[in-house]
Amino acid sequence: MAEVLVLVDHVDAEVKKVTFELLTAARRLGEPSAVVVGEPGTAGKLTESLAAYGAAKVYSAESAEAAGFLVTPQVDVLSGLVGSVSPAAVLVPATVDGKEIAGRLALRLGSGLLSEVVDLDGDGVGAHSLFGGAYDAKARITKGTPVITVLPGAIEAEAAEGAAAEEAVEVPAQDASKAARITGRRPVEAGDRPELTEASIVVSGGRGVGSAESFEVVEKLADSMGAAVGASRAAVDSGYYPHQFQVGQTGKTVSPQLYIALGISGAIQHRAGMQTSKRIVAVNKDPEAPIFEIADFGVVGDLFTVAPQLTEEITKRNG
Amino acid sequence: MNIVVLVKQVPDTYSERRLAGADHALDRESADAVLDEVNERAVEEALQITEAQGGEVTVVCMGPDRATDAIRKALSMGADKAVHLSDGALGGTDAPATARALAKVIGTVEDVDLVIAGNEATDGRVGAVPAMVAEVLGWPQLTFARKVETDGSSVKAERETDAGIVNVEAGLPAVVSVTEKINEPRYPSFKGIMAAKKKPVSVLSLADVGIEVGEVGLAGAASQVVASAPKPPKAAGVKVTDEGEGGVAVAGFLAGEKLV
Ligand SMILES: Cc1cc2nc3c(=O)[nH]c(=O)nc-3n(C[C@H](O)[C@H](O)[C@H](O)COP(=O)(O)OP(=O)(O)OC[C@H]3O[C@@H](n4cnc5c(N)ncnc54)[C@H](O)[C@@H]3O)c2cc1C
Ligand SMILES: Nc1ncnc2c1ncn2[C@@H]1O[C@H](COP(=O)(O)O)[C@@H](O)[C@H]1O
Repeated sequence: MAEVLVLVDHVDAEVKKVTFELLTAARRLGEPSAVVVGEPGTAGKLTESLAAYGAAKVYSAESAEAAGFLVTPQVDVLSGLVGSVSPAAVLVPATVDGKEIAGRLALRLGSGLLSEVVDLDGDGVGAHSLFGGAYDAKARITKGTPVITVLPGAIEAEAAEGAAAEEAVEVPAQDASKAARITGRRPVEAGDRPELTEASIVVSGGRGVGSAESFEVVEKLADSMGAAVGASRAAVDSGYYPHQFQVGQTGKTVSPQLYIALGISGAIQHRAGMQTSKRIVAVNKDPEAPIFEIADFGVVGDLFTVAPQLTEEITKRNG
Repeated sequence: MNIVVLVKQVPDTYSERRLAGADHALDRESADAVLDEVNERAVEEALQITEAQGGEVTVVCMGPDRATDAIRKALSMGADKAVHLSDGALGGTDAPATARALAKVIGTVEDVDLVIAGNEATDGRVGAVPAMVAEVLGWPQLTFARKVETDGSSVKAERETDAGIVNVEAGLPAVVSVTEKINEPRYPSFKGIMAAKKKPVSVLSLADVGIEVGEVGLAGAASQVVASAPKPPKAAGVKVTDEGEGGVAVAGFLAGEKLV
């Protein structure tokens, strides 16, 4: 069976969930080989969890420089491996880094690129969700080794046993005149809440929340349900909540089991990031707010009375 | 400091977007077309740099004839000149071929120190064209920047992604892409709009920049859309007015759906 290369997304010696989703998708096309690019000593800590999701091989590409340059080390390692093992495909997470790595790799290989697939079948046909879920499309690659980025959270990870046989590969030396040097990192503070794109419940606040202080109302409801907190662009632009939590066209795309919108009007650009959520609840003072058009359950009312009451109800049920 | 800004004309996100025809290509005629908002911010960043350090801003755009409107908007903000790659054979060009073509066009502009692009277009959302342009040019990429600083020989940027903030640094020439949080773009003044009408826009064909017809368009695409359809609209939900029991009602709905 042909190998399928999967670029491992990892942070602080842990494999990110999206990697398991990619390994699951890779098994439909062939035998998954996980590719770890990082500082010396990285891969050893990851093999156990990679084995649990069916990685037959783990290519460890480790060097001090691997973490010191932006995306080029990963592109160099993957293109080298494509040359030596002729995989059936290369799967990369559709994160910011992943999309750039995949794009450069496709270009270097002269291959086609499928961007942000939400599903992948055994023939390599990828499903896309376009314009914020308003459109579905299917596409396939017609040239070269397929390079495919997969949207985090779209494919359910299924455990499977893999040998995870480790094999070291070289990280080509980086040329500082052609690549950007990383001089500092400030990782997002994880906190206690689940990650926005991984959460099964998201509670978001909009301009209607009115201030940074009052976002506490949104956070309290989220915490009562073990949810992630999101925000509209108007809320972010007004300084109520940090940018990394923006949901929408130019923010995150989320597709949780439940999305609760508090004081959000439901502009088309906001809907683009959340309308594929399984269930949508909206609270808005304005009965004409467009968010009600896509809400499964809408409350016309003041979020400052409805949300705390809901928090209390949920706390009661859980208690 | 000579800067090229990559701008794209996209269907207005406020209008309905769809795919059409046997090729399932974006129906660019059915929607209003605008200069992508993030590209206004890319122009703004370039203007701020050249206003402080001197130099020229050249707008580069690949797109159909009517993309002229987007180019004029960028010129009316204050960019000096533009190069427009426009050719009937370009329809349906995929991301890798777009990056190769843009790199060729950038090659026609003299002494470029910096290329500034948007981080991600609102139509395709590939989010990788700037990185791919850097790959073709063999220049460093400093992408998804929420802050950019340059002294004329090197460039520093704060990259903001899901993973947090990463500081990156490289020598020039380099490719930068900016996020929507980098600045507030200026409105074109009346004077700017009038001046833009006289600024040079050179329209190039594929032959002018040495690209074969088979390298671009649907013929040159390395991927193929095999099916597309609009998602069926959702059935309307329940709407209640809060009379003191709104939160309880939501809790009841969630319990019924086994969501709490
Ligand atoms: C290119 C582009 C990209 C964009 N990308 C995004 C994006 O990624 N994400 C995004 O969200 N937007 C995006 N936008 C902006 C979008 O068009 C809207 O401006 C934005 O979503 C509005 O946010 P909002 O609903 O919080 O604010 P508003 O539209 O001002 O709505 C606030 C709502 O709160 C309600 N309200 C006020 N007080 C209360 C109260 N006490 N209780 C209950 N309800 C109350 C009001 O009735 C109103 O409906 C983009 C726009 C453009 C042009
Ligand atoms: N056809 C094009 N013409 C000019 N610039 C483009 C074009 N396509 C993409 N770009 C640039 O690349 C950025 C990111 O686009 P994308 O990678 O397609 O999401 C855009 O904001 C533009 O700056």
